[in-house]
Amino acid sequence: MTEPLVRAQGLGMDFSSVTVLDDVSLEIFPGEILGLIGENGAGKSTLMKILAGIHQPTRGTLHFAGQPVVLRDPKDAKDRGISLVPQEFNLVDHLNVAENVFLGDELRKNGLLDRKAMVARTRDLLDGLGVSMDPEAGIPTLSVAQKQMVEIAKAIKVDARLLIMDEPTTVLAGSEIDVLFRIMGELKARGTAMVYISHKLREIKAVCDRVMVLRDGRFVGLEPVSAWSPQEMARRMVGRELNQMFPAKTDTKGEEVLVLDKVRVPGVLAEVSLTLHRGEILGLAGLMGAGRTEVAETILGLHTPVSGRLVIEGKEGAPSSPRAAVEAGISYLSEDRQGSGILTTFPVTQNVTLVSLRQYARPFIDARLELKKTEEYIGTFGIKAPSPLAYLEHLSGGNQQKVSLAKSLDTGPRILIVDEPTRGIDVMAKGDLYTFLRSLADQGMAILLISSELEELIGLCTRVVVMRDRRVAGELTGDQVNEEDIILLATGVHGDPGSGVKINHASGVPGAS
Amino acid sequence: MELKLPHNLSMERYAPLLALAVLVVLSELLYPRFLEPQNLLNILRQVSYTGIIALGMTLVIIAGGIDLSVGSMTALAGACAVLTLYALTPETPVEGVAVLVPLAGALLAALAVGASAGLLNGFLITTGRITPFIATLGTMAVFRSLTLYLGNASEFRSNNSLYGDMGMGSVFLVPLPVWVFLGAALILSVVLHRTRFGRYTRAVGSNARVSQYSAINVDGVKLSTYVIVGVLVALTAFLISARLNSISSTNAGKDYEMDAIAAVVIGGTAMTGGRGAVWGTVIGAVILGIINNMMNMLGVSPYLQGLVKGSVIIAAVFIQRGDLFRKKN
Repeated sequence: MTEPLVRAQGLGMDFSSVTVLDDVSLEIFPGEILGLIGENGAGKSTLMKILAGIHQPTRGTLHFAGQPVVLRDPKDAKDRGISLVPQEFNLVDHLNVAENVFLGDELRKNGLLDRKAMVARTRDLLDGLGVSMDPEAGIPTLSVAQKQMVEIAKAIKVDARLLIMDEPTTVLAGSEIDVLFRIMGELKARGTAMVYISHKLREIKAVCDRVMVLRDGRFVGLEPVSAWSPQEMARRMVGRELNQMFPAKTDTKGEEVLVLDKVRVPGVLAEVSLTLHRGEILGLAGLMGAGRTEVAETILGLHTPVSGRLVIEGKEGAPSSPRAAVEAGISYLSEDRQGSGILTTFPVTQNVTLVSLRQYARPFIDARLELKKTEEYIGTFGIKAPSPLAYLEHLSGGNQQKVSLAKSLDTGPRILIVDEPTRGIDVMAKGDLYTFLRSLADQGMAILLISSELEELIGLCTRVVVMRDRRVAGELTGDQVNEEDIILLATGVHGDPGSGVKINHASGVPGAS
Repeated sequence: MELKLPHNLSMERYAPLLALAVLVVLSELLYPRFLEPQNLLNILRQVSYTGIIALGMTLVIIAGGIDLSVGSMTALAGACAVLTLYALTPETPVEGVAVLVPLAGALLAALAVGASAGLLNGFLITTGRITPFIATLGTMAVFRSLTLYLGNASEFRSNNSLYGDMGMGSVFLVPLPVWVFLGAALILSVVLHRTRFGRYTRAVGSNARVSQYSAINVDGVKLSTYVIVGVLVALTAFLISARLNSISSTNAGKDYEMDAIAAVVIGGTAMTGGRGAVWGTVIGAVILGIINNMMNMLGVSPYLQGLVKGSVIIAAVFIQRGDLFRKKN
């Protein structure tokens, strides 16, 4: 048996007292493609970042090419032959292809940049990948797929022995995926080991040798892909025993409070129709970039539809601004907590009242009322903060999320849109949040739950709208609300696993069960 | 998890006060007549003109912007005030309340120009999506050029002695601009800390995207801060042109933007936006005034005064960041 290229033992990682990865061990062999699957928050990215030297593990050891190693930083990892193709491209628009490929490792001659050599080397690399591209082309002129090829060229220019790819096909169309897989095949033949992260289980099945499943930061299983069907993989990703954390579903829905009918926003939403009822939790599923958050933003008045109807509690017309949306009784819990949800440099009190400040200003802000209301939220949500006046940057992710939720609820909304509400929070906090959302719905709140965690959608929703490519791909109800149907609809994979991977991006044919 | 107040926050709040205290003691030691009321009032009067502008600049900077045009805006607003005053002052002396008409006209003219100029800056930055630095760099040149054209590069002289008397005047022994400075500071402090607009100003400067998602009218808040600074510039223009009973199209308001921004920075307001205090700016302005006063009294070459002032600004930022006291991790 060949020597493993990578041997990790007992890897663990804590972020400010939250364990995001615990006791994960694995081996990766030269010329092997290892699939890595798991839900969001399962620890895939953390594991990948440890292997790429971006994070340093809190626990555990790493052997590379038979030697024990400590990867100090990404450069250290790169020097040893470990490269990462990130999900979000790190290309500089103002530099051309060759300059990007050699960014940070420029070839020099007599102390000056050796442009000719870099262009020639880039051409060789691209030719080797079977891609025809001008090494001196500007990045903005490239397609998304071409940009990814540049990232791959960049990753393999120094004899990469381990190539880590983070959801590389999310941004690619069918034929482009074929090109990527061919390149992966060639790298494999050269003996390069690869870690391939994806949500698309059929792709994993098609391209990987073995697949590893992570759940909640823990190792679940590692098997040859032939051992598991996509359904089996999905089941292991979700984990049955976690179902107990969901409160019982209630299927009482009241009148329609929010209707989107063929809503189109150029460049943002292709066509979206959905109906939300009082007292229900409607799921909105889809892969990254499918347009779910954009649906929320449109309802919030951040995008203006050019066609279609938007009806809120019987009133026709989309809100013109977030303020108008708040006044129409809509509240939004952001997916991007630090980017658009909370102010980390503001205390808890001032975050809670940020949207609802009108209630506290008459005309001067009543700081005592603010404090009193905040203390109530701290009590009911169990927010762990040293004081209501503590700055948000000193709270853990889960507690920040509770503050964010308090902020969304303080306006007294009738329609609540929660976008990835459990991202980055621990299992206990998740359970609390689910129970709380259910009780809100039972009290008559209409909730639109945007989530990438299938488990969450299945556990909370009796109806799930699935999006793909900025349009609604289908709606699932009752028994149809299961992992496989959601994934099939979200990825557009349609039947025939025998013919390899076939991604159907354009049409919205639901994968019926 | 360890939870404690950020070290730099307390430094931000108390460093300006501490610096002021040190400076006062130092001044008194070096120059024994420093603490005499007349000297102190003189210092306060001197810092009031740019201090008033600095108060508005505080809001602009807290909201994440900057305004470089305040100096030439002062000249333009002052020029229009004096021109209006000139037009409204009758040839023959009048009695009673009528003597105040030209003064009121001058004030209104200054306010109209200041508010419009602020509005222009605000629109360029919000609707026009031009970065504040560039937008106000442009209007800085525009305002100065307009003033030079109006005055043919010379001085606008007033023909109204009452205007000059008012500019030199004091109320209860305290010079008029000092009243305006402290009054404006009081009002803006309440606005910043006790009103929705103030809270939104900090929110916008702290994170504009979060603010937008929190249903705050981000552009409206930014625009308002530029209008506010415009109005305060108008007050300064009115007071300084009255004080001199004239205004120079070439020199008026020169370097005011530097003094205003310096006062804001020394006062502990973060240039990155989101945090700051009006009273810090008052202290910052006074610190600058005392340094000027001390250097004049000690006979330091005027050519070296910029060096001292510049060093103080740079030191202030270092101290507030807490770098000098914090160990590197």
